[in-house]
Amino acid sequence: MIKVHLWSGLRRLAGGAEAVTVQAATVGQMFDAMIAAHPGLEPVIKAGVSVVIDGEVTAGGRNLAVKPENEIYLIQRVKGG
Amino acid sequence: MSRIHITTTVNGEAAEFLTDPRETLLDVLRNQLGLTGSKEGCGTGDCGACSVLLDGVLVSSCLVLGVEVQGKTVETIEGMATDGALHPLQRHFIEHAALQCGFCTPGILVAAKALLAQNDNPTETEIRYWLAGNLCRCTGYDKIVRAVQDAAAEMRGAA
Amino acid sequence: MPKDELKAGFRLVGTRPNRPDGLDKVTGRARYGADIVAANMLHAAVVRSPYAHARIKKIDASRALALEGVKAVVTRADFPTGLTGEDWNLQENTIAGDTALYDGHAVAAVAATSALVAQDAARLIEVEYEVLPHVTDVDAAMAPDAPVIRAGNADHSVPEGMHPNVVRYIDFGHGDIEAGFAAADLVREGTYKTEATHQGYIEPHACLGQLGADGRGEMWVCTQGHWYIRRMCAAVLGIEAANLRVTPSEIGGGFGGKTTIFMEPLALALSRKAGGRPVKLVMSRAEVLRATGPTASASMDVKIGMKKDGTITAGQVNFRMQGGAFFGMSPIAEALPCAFACYDIPNLMHEGYEVLANRPKAAAYRAPGSPMAAFAVESLLDEMCRELSLDPLQVRLKNAAKEGTKSSYGPTYNRIGLVETLEATMAHPNLSAPLGPNQGRGVAAGFWFNHGGETSVSLQIGEDGTVGVSVGTPDIGGSRASIALMVAETLGIEYEAVRVNVVETGSLGVNEPTHGSRATFASGKAAVEAAESAIKQMCARAAAEWGIDPEAVEWVDGAARPAGENAGKFPPLTIGEIGAKMGGTGGPISGHHESVPGGVGASFGVHVVDVEVDPETGKSTVLRYLVVQDAGRAIHPAYVEGQYQGGAAQGIGWALNEEYIYGADGRLQNPMFLDYRIPVASDLPMIDTVIVEVPNPGHPYGVRGVGETGIAPPLAAVANAVAAASGARLRTLPLSPPKVLAAIKAGQ
Ligand code: FES
Ligand code: FES
Repeated sequence: MIKVHLWSGLRRLAGGAEAVTVQAATVGQMFDAMIAAHPGLEPVIKAGVSVVIDGEVTAGGRNLAVKPENEIYLIQRVKGG
Repeated sequence: MSRIHITTTVNGEAAEFLTDPRETLLDVLRNQLGLTGSKEGCGTGDCGACSVLLDGVLVSSCLVLGVEVQGKTVETIEGMATDGALHPLQRHFIEHAALQCGFCTPGILVAAKALLAQNDNPTETEIRYWLAGNLCRCTGYDKIVRAVQDAAAEMRGAA
Repeated sequence: MPKDELKAGFRLVGTRPNRPDGLDKVTGRARYGADIVAANMLHAAVVRSPYAHARIKKIDASRALALEGVKAVVTRADFPTGLTGEDWNLQENTIAGDTALYDGHAVAAVAATSALVAQDAARLIEVEYEVLPHVTDVDAAMAPDAPVIRAGNADHSVPEGMHPNVVRYIDFGHGDIEAGFAAADLVREGTYKTEATHQGYIEPHACLGQLGADGRGEMWVCTQGHWYIRRMCAAVLGIEAANLRVTPSEIGGGFGGKTTIFMEPLALALSRKAGGRPVKLVMSRAEVLRATGPTASASMDVKIGMKKDGTITAGQVNFRMQGGAFFGMSPIAEALPCAFACYDIPNLMHEGYEVLANRPKAAAYRAPGSPMAAFAVESLLDEMCRELSLDPLQVRLKNAAKEGTKSSYGPTYNRIGLVETLEATMAHPNLSAPLGPNQGRGVAAGFWFNHGGETSVSLQIGEDGTVGVSVGTPDIGGSRASIALMVAETLGIEYEAVRVNVVETGSLGVNEPTHGSRATFASGKAAVEAAESAIKQMCARAAAEWGIDPEAVEWVDGAARPAGENAGKFPPLTIGEIGAKMGGTGGPISGHHESVPGGVGASFGVHVVDVEVDPETGKSTVLRYLVVQDAGRAIHPAYVEGQYQGGAAQGIGWALNEEYIYGADGRLQNPMFLDYRIPVASDLPMIDTVIVEVPNPGHPYGVRGVGETGIAPPLAAVANAVAAASGARLRTLPLSPPKVLAAIKAGQ
């Protein structure tokens, strides 16, 4: 199981929990499992979020591996100049 | 609109063109004579990217009409290196990393050359005020000022 | 990975060779956007709305079309319908539909045989408008009586009952904010405002586009990212991406503003309508300022709790930002996490709103959102340090985020260099320079995430052992030099033997633009990987020639050698020797690398500025300026310094002079450099720099990305220095002389 931390706005869409726990080996599976458990998350995840794995902002490619020991945060998609 | 025939000298070579009286010298240089080294950053005399020497005087070529250069001499960035050798300013700009995007560079080089022609040992303040009409958005001017200082020192040493 | 485990003792990395494009740029040969011409080319001009908000009732182009030399006119009717989301935004901004949404919004475009005829024709296009009420201020746009710019734009996040102009709401935090404030000895709050500023690149947008009836086309354009241009133009025009070949010109500055399209599809649409003739479209400065991406304007509340010893117990922000009349354009999602990113604070609460206003569609501008956030937070911190008589740098050091700190936006930091940056700042001689009357010193810290992004690089070994590298990230500030250094270092050859080319969209996989401080990080990392892959192949060729196992070959100093005694005794095969024979040993040797690179390392900076304020006029003069920033590793230190100095200069302009000024009629009043005043040489002192190197473990040479962080601290640093010099604490930028003078007078 992996634990995904949510920002406050997402928590409201996921039953209020600070984090959700899902069964997943990749970012894609993680998103799918989160949406299955909390359908309200779908539009936000589809619109694009940044996945921070062990402190590193990734582009959230669906194939990226996630493991139970990773620290995983979703944050609002960030853009650069 | 009838066009006017102009003969002039650009970078030491005779040049002639037909111009609409509304066209600027910058338009003529870039579009008719193929000298695109002079840049248009504003078209209103505020950025200096179009700086050229007209009869030896530093001007913004976007504020000069093409018809005004009849019988005059124009010097642009394309004429700054002579016989394949870079002007010391050009060399020091490269060595000092005094350009990032390089869009302001031709205008600044032409302006700096005009400064050194009348003051071979300018202070930092004199350089900064002379170049105040040449905008650079990339560098913060630090390396530009240093490059001008070093080029001036080299030219004094050589003289 | 600790610092000493990263490669050290480099031959080339960290040196300052001449940049490969230097000669072209000092001789005027370099070709920028407006320098490209094509045979049979037409010139275009754009008709723009003179109103901030107006319904377009009728467009009559008949008089323009009757003019000799006019070949085509396009309006929104020439573009496909049914676009959604960001594609709709792009199309709507390219050319208005029913409604002009800001002063300068394009409503029609014309192509003619000369630029003068095109401009004449543009004046002959008659547009009938019905003027609508407008709003340009962010707070006013949220007020109950504000005119609605576009209903139904808000996303799921916006709380019920808010004005329809509020389109996004973001909130996050951790800890217990009330308990945090209760634990503080001093709690202060303030409201801070920043006006919109423009990236201010000296090169106006320019492109040359050609599109045939068969949907195939080409474009030459100054851009930070030509795959973005391709994708966006294809979407706006309804053509296929692969059929549009986009070649980037040299770029005369971008700073984020050239990561998107503004008028490029107009050139293509005009070309298509004019029988496929190439169309050149070059913006004027006024068009650049009125209709291309400024940054957002912001209104920000901050509240901070601090103990007597300087420990920050709680921080709270509420930011409002407008990014024009289009959803998703403000950097609110970036500003909020940047607000407290420098500090380790147990209790934090962030809230932010994005608001639509009748202003141009904002684009990214260097560390989007971070300068505004830092202005608000770092100003209030400074006020509190003064109130508690604490040293502002010591307070920052006491609370500094480090490896293992839970960041303000949630995740735990990896190896970061803020502590080292603060220590280097404190050790700098500028900190002990004496200050005279009416002079003051200000400090501030800043942060940027940095970015990896989609990257594709290709590297070719030449027959003489020289190396070509094809990258897809346009070179704005010397990245070709940095990438060449890293490739030459990796291959063990000379810097001059590597030529890095920025290539067109047909030559590589998709690349994101040069943004997010990623060119040296991402293209550099990919180029190193591509070089490693070429090395493997060259080792294999050598192994085949020697008849030994490829594993028994190693690459040292630009040549394949047997690895150790047991591998056999063979003289080294240099890259030149392998290249010369490659046709007969298996064919061309090249290396590719495609990825979305991980390992991005955040970067922190600290600025110190000394300012003198003239008590008679309120004019501020910058006397001394210091930038200290963690680069990870400086590949070409001169261009790293250049990024620091350029970022500082832009921030100083934002602090002291630059602002979008709108009249009561909603029109931009200062769309020229004379009135939109960016810093000139005589406004600035030398800008001192210190490059701190805490290598990023996620990059083969430790690069973090250096382009953006430098613009985050100056706004607050300058405001703090002005407060120290004059006693006038201004919470609204810019600190123009009349404003400072009034504040001094009010304080007396
Ligand atoms: S283009 Fe002539 S001064 Fe700017
Ligand atoms: S180097 Fe870009 S404007 Fe000066």
